[in-house]
Amino acid sequence: MNQTKMTIRDLNLWYGDFQALHGMDLEIPENEVTAFIGPSGCGKSTFIKTLNRMNDLVQGCRIEGNVQLDGENIYSHRYDVNNLRKRVGMVFQQPNPFPKSIYDNIAYGPRTHGIRDKQQLDQIVEESLKKAAIWDEVKDHLDRNALSISGGQQQRICIARALAIQPEVLLMDEPTSALDPISTAKIEELVTQLKEDYTIVMVTHNMQQASRVSDKTAFFLNGYIVEHGDTRKIFTNPEHEQTENYISGRFG
Amino acid sequence: MARKYEGFMKGVFFLSAIVSIVALILIIVFMFAGGVPFMLEYGLGDFLLGQKWTPSNTPASFGILPMILGSIFVTIGAVVIGVPIGVLTSIFMAEFCPPKLYKWLKPAVNLMAAIPSVVYGFFALQLIVPIMRNFVGGTGMNMLTAMILLGIMILPTVIGLSESALRAVPRSYYNGGVALGSTHERTVMAVLVPAAKSGIISSVILGIGRAIGETMAVVLIAGNQPIMPRGLTFGVRTLTTNIVLEMAYAAGEHREALIATAVVLFAFILIINSIFLYVKNKEAK
Amino acid sequence: MPTETSTLTTQKTRNTKQLSSKLIRLLVYLSAVVTFGSLLFIILFILVRGVPYITPSLFEWNYTTDNVSLLPSLLTTLIVVGLSLLIATPIGVFTGFYLVEYADRGNKIVKAISMATDTLAAVPSIVYGLFGMLFFVTFLGFQYSVISGVLTAVIMVLPLIIRSTEEALLSVGMPLRQASFALGAGKLRTIFTVVLPVAMPGILSGVILASGRIVGETAALMYTLGTSTNLPTDLFSSGRTLALHMYVLSSEGLHVNEANATAVVLVVFVLVINALSTYLSKRLSKGGK
Repeated sequence: MNQTKMTIRDLNLWYGDFQALHGMDLEIPENEVTAFIGPSGCGKSTFIKTLNRMNDLVQGCRIEGNVQLDGENIYSHRYDVNNLRKRVGMVFQQPNPFPKSIYDNIAYGPRTHGIRDKQQLDQIVEESLKKAAIWDEVKDHLDRNALSISGGQQQRICIARALAIQPEVLLMDEPTSALDPISTAKIEELVTQLKEDYTIVMVTHNMQQASRVSDKTAFFLNGYIVEHGDTRKIFTNPEHEQTENYISGRFG
Repeated sequence: MARKYEGFMKGVFFLSAIVSIVALILIIVFMFAGGVPFMLEYGLGDFLLGQKWTPSNTPASFGILPMILGSIFVTIGAVVIGVPIGVLTSIFMAEFCPPKLYKWLKPAVNLMAAIPSVVYGFFALQLIVPIMRNFVGGTGMNMLTAMILLGIMILPTVIGLSESALRAVPRSYYNGGVALGSTHERTVMAVLVPAAKSGIISSVILGIGRAIGETMAVVLIAGNQPIMPRGLTFGVRTLTTNIVLEMAYAAGEHREALIATAVVLFAFILIINSIFLYVKNKEAK
Repeated sequence: MPTETSTLTTQKTRNTKQLSSKLIRLLVYLSAVVTFGSLLFIILFILVRGVPYITPSLFEWNYTTDNVSLLPSLLTTLIVVGLSLLIATPIGVFTGFYLVEYADRGNKIVKAISMATDTLAAVPSIVYGLFGMLFFVTFLGFQYSVISGVLTAVIMVLPLIIRSTEEALLSVGMPLRQASFALGAGKLRTIFTVVLPVAMPGILSGVILASGRIVGETAALMYTLGTSTNLPTDLFSSGRTLALHMYVLSSEGLHVNEANATAVVLVVFVLVINALSTYLSKRLSKGGK
């Protein structure tokens, strides 16, 4: 049994007067893949963004409760958000590389955190691209604009970019929903490799994807976590009827 | 450390943002402080409704009604000339212009807005004024000359805003019209133009603002007699030109009267601008 | 079903319909011809009248009443434009940063700032000129000088720069900012290294438009910068820009040919500035995502 990396206790979230998340309780184990599933608008994307405080950027968003990373509350006043995001990296639904060269995209994070040495940066860029399984495809044109490559490659560049700051947790918000099947397969394979070194949290619409790559699954509905546990158990023998209905494709 | 820097720069950005507000307040305070005491002392009614502007007489007379009417008449003339041409040209730009031509005409409109007022004025002085002289006699510097020139000068303002208003109309409106068997021309006129109405009205209001505020082009060609406007073929003086003509040598009460003239002009512009903002906000809703 | 009379009326309405369509088309085309015809005519007129009089003596170092040299005013124009942009650009761009990147939408200060910018944009040049005279020239005691002219011009072009910055920043997609924040970058780093490079062409095109406005300005500078014919020696001495120079020449009526030649230089100036601005804003619409 792996150790718990993040613990969420009684988390509530409002957008203005609308409560989007209700009393969330969850543990995220280290070096495993945790998948969030549920129909659109169930709060899974909102919830994943609370784990690196991206919701801070949303106007009118208010959060109560407790999210711990290695036992420390990330919502405490003294907690440094930028440092949190260095430890908890994120990959978004739409590939969003900067309109800069591939090299500068990967080096952006390390540079942000004070690494200026060219040799060291070269090394980080290479390692990150290798970990994201895209080094062979781009190593000969690192100076090309990252927007000029295909969508699937862009998404792996974004993963490499997130890995370059050496995070402990990697959040992935529907990372394959904008990609073709081949790119999706590559990224799924990548996720299984990456869990050796990282704790991964992944939002997905695709139930096959969740069952293929995740160890733990949490099922969301209307801003509540209905059920969570081992992926195998959730998919074969769910406790709640709603979970079963969703998994068997009766709604959503 | 980094956090302190973030906070510091946020402060710098905020201070920069405040500059506009401070500048506007300073402008209002200094203009009103310079002009309002004179207006009160001279008598607001006598100032605004007085028909005689004779600053060098003793006792001097400072009635600006001729200039107020001059500004209003010249502006109305500019609108009568410029708005139909401008709106129709914007319709051309949005609905009739082939893309290849558009590539050239769009920058042309921008260029038209950027040509300096003096250049417009000097152009009119050398072309419209002699023509006027030949056809209607006198010096050729008259209200009609000013109206024609200002009519041309407000074109880019009217065209630019009206065109974007027309382009903002959802394409489905147009398709609906054509699907009912209406021609392209009639659909544009009967469906698109009414739908873009408030944007077109805003463009006209901004055009009015531009016409009423224009100075250097008008001063060269309007004749500038400080007397009640008598007709299209007679010289006219506007609020703006009144200021620019006499400020160089004005002193004492005369100077204050000119600043007060600017206050009246400013008030005009504030009213026009409020109407503009009102229309714009209504459109946004 | 259709009776004879109804066929007749449809025929009739179709004819009037076609007639009115033709009339509309005619009016629209005619207006476009009038608009662009006048522009073309004005430009050709100026070129024909002015180009023959562009002589070397117009570009002599010192102005005299004989050579009516425009060189000092040309240089003064560059100085005034340069200094004004130097001050107005950071203030305007920073205001844009504050409005788009920091302040909450719908916040009262944001509303006040946008209202102030809208109003400033509508203030006529002559009012700026008079304000500059009252405040900078008299109240602060700067006299007719470069500094008075420049500060007046700064306030005048501020709304232009603020608006173009706002638009350019808003055109930069939220996902880029999110990507940067998610990597642990702070707001400043995100703005300067991610948002600004993408928004740059739009901001620059606004700054260039602002310089065009200053180049063509007369009323706001006449009673702040003054109309001295010499090249200013320091910030506190007077001078005249090209447009002012042209105004003085044309209102005196003594040097019509030189005024025409000056008009050519002015128009070419504005033409170049405009072309540059158009080019840059096109680059923004291509590069921004």
